[in-house]
Amino acid sequence: MATQDIIARSATTTPMPSVRQVGEVAKLIDTSKCIGCKACQVACSEWNDLRDEVGSNVGVYDNPRDLTADSWTLMRFAEHENPAGNLEWLIRKDGCMHCAEPGCLAACPSPGAIVKYANGIVDFNQDHCIGCGYCITGCPFDIPRISQKDHKAYKCTLCSDRVAVGLEPACVKTCPTGAIVFGSKEDMIEHADGRIKDLKERGFEQAGLYDPAGVGGTHVMYVLHHADQPELYSGLPSDPSISPLVGLWKGVSKPLALLAMGATVLLGFFHYVRVGPNRVEEDLEPVVHEVDPSVHEVEPKKP
Amino acid sequence: MNNDIERYTPSERTNHWAVAVFFVLATLSGLALFHPALFGLSGLFGGGAWTRILHPFLGVAMFLLFLVMAIRFAGHNRLDANDRQWLRQMGDVINNREERLPEVGRYNAGQKLLFWVLVLSMLVLLVSGIVIWRQYFSAGFGIQALRWASLLHAAAALLLILGILVHIYAAIWIKGSLGAMLHGTVSRAWARKHHAGWYKAVVRERK
Repeated sequence: MATQDIIARSATTTPMPSVRQVGEVAKLIDTSKCIGCKACQVACSEWNDLRDEVGSNVGVYDNPRDLTADSWTLMRFAEHENPAGNLEWLIRKDGCMHCAEPGCLAACPSPGAIVKYANGIVDFNQDHCIGCGYCITGCPFDIPRISQKDHKAYKCTLCSDRVAVGLEPACVKTCPTGAIVFGSKEDMIEHADGRIKDLKERGFEQAGLYDPAGVGGTHVMYVLHHADQPELYSGLPSDPSISPLVGLWKGVSKPLALLAMGATVLLGFFHYVRVGPNRVEEDLEPVVHEVDPSVHEVEPKKP
Repeated sequence: MNNDIERYTPSERTNHWAVAVFFVLATLSGLALFHPALFGLSGLFGGGAWTRILHPFLGVAMFLLFLVMAIRFAGHNRLDANDRQWLRQMGDVINNREERLPEVGRYNAGQKLLFWVLVLSMLVLLVSGIVIWRQYFSAGFGIQALRWASLLHAAAALLLILGILVHIYAAIWIKGSLGAMLHGTVSRAWARKHHAGWYKAVVRERK
């Protein structure tokens, strides 16, 4: 994407380009249509040329067990027993949510390592990444992962390279049930409304859209059968926001700390100017001119 | 003048300046990662990634050297009733009216307070720094621990930096004290004026 489209940039305090008017995009993941086939995981791996370790089966369907620097999306399988005593298999495709107010970007200390595009995509520029892991500390969704190979942070790019040339993300392209769709954020909300209406008619009274306001909305949204209990979906946070600890650390504390340091130096300087140095008046110890007795004994003129 | 009194042995001076060198390096690299306006300081260390790699090692070196120094000096830094009185007369302290202050021993209350501020901030920096040391340790801690550690690390660093700024200024303000840490000695008049209690003890010892 063009640099004119970068509307937010990590560790940058001046305004970013804002003349272009670009529509926001969104990926909508309909958990009620997902069959857990993991085609999206494979497509992601293929398009991005990532090959994670094959790993081993640990007794659940999740594979790999967690997101990694080489697995940017992951199907999480949750078994939920509903009040009627029936099993519901709640499968959620996990990955970066592309927050409108990204915690990773707020926390990142390296200028330009994390950017937000005008269309809403949050992208990591690994060439600027210093590997500190602050993005992990800042993320409300526990998404970024640091590679042990190169100590750089990685996560879903929402296929920013494909979207830039008018293609949909690879996972969307491959999804066999149409559970993942992609388009303008507006269209995706409208599409979700239709799905939610359908789900409500079929008995899922609490069906709804997951587009959490605490992070300004996201550019990856979910249709959930149980939108009132997002935690059921392998711990999807019900009200995510940038942690107040991160807000304090990366917010007011930065200018206040610099101010405190500057003020201390100035206080010292003006103290020196007004009160002045504290000097010791050295003892004027009487200098004793002891005459060397031998001097008197030598009188060369005497015979 | 051979009448001067030794205040710091060569080992103590070396220890102090070694801590100082690592403090400067850890501070410059840490500030680079703290505020975007200071990210340019990372250039001194070979770029952002090098700054991230080096900073924790510089910090650990500072801590270990400080630990040795703290063990050397802890005994001289216990606060007593005189010190509390000294602190209450801060106005006299900053206006150079030392004659009104209670007798000061090897260290005055300000120096002792600084000592304990340094001990506290160094400990917090070490523990929180290990938690946020991504390459080796962070994987073992939960997200809340990481967030608290990040915040506490910054807060303790600020406390340490402010403390050292005061420490540096005091050395500029009180003439003769820099010499004590550079070549090790102070004049008898200096000792009598600033640390009368210590001076008496030294004289007593010599007799």
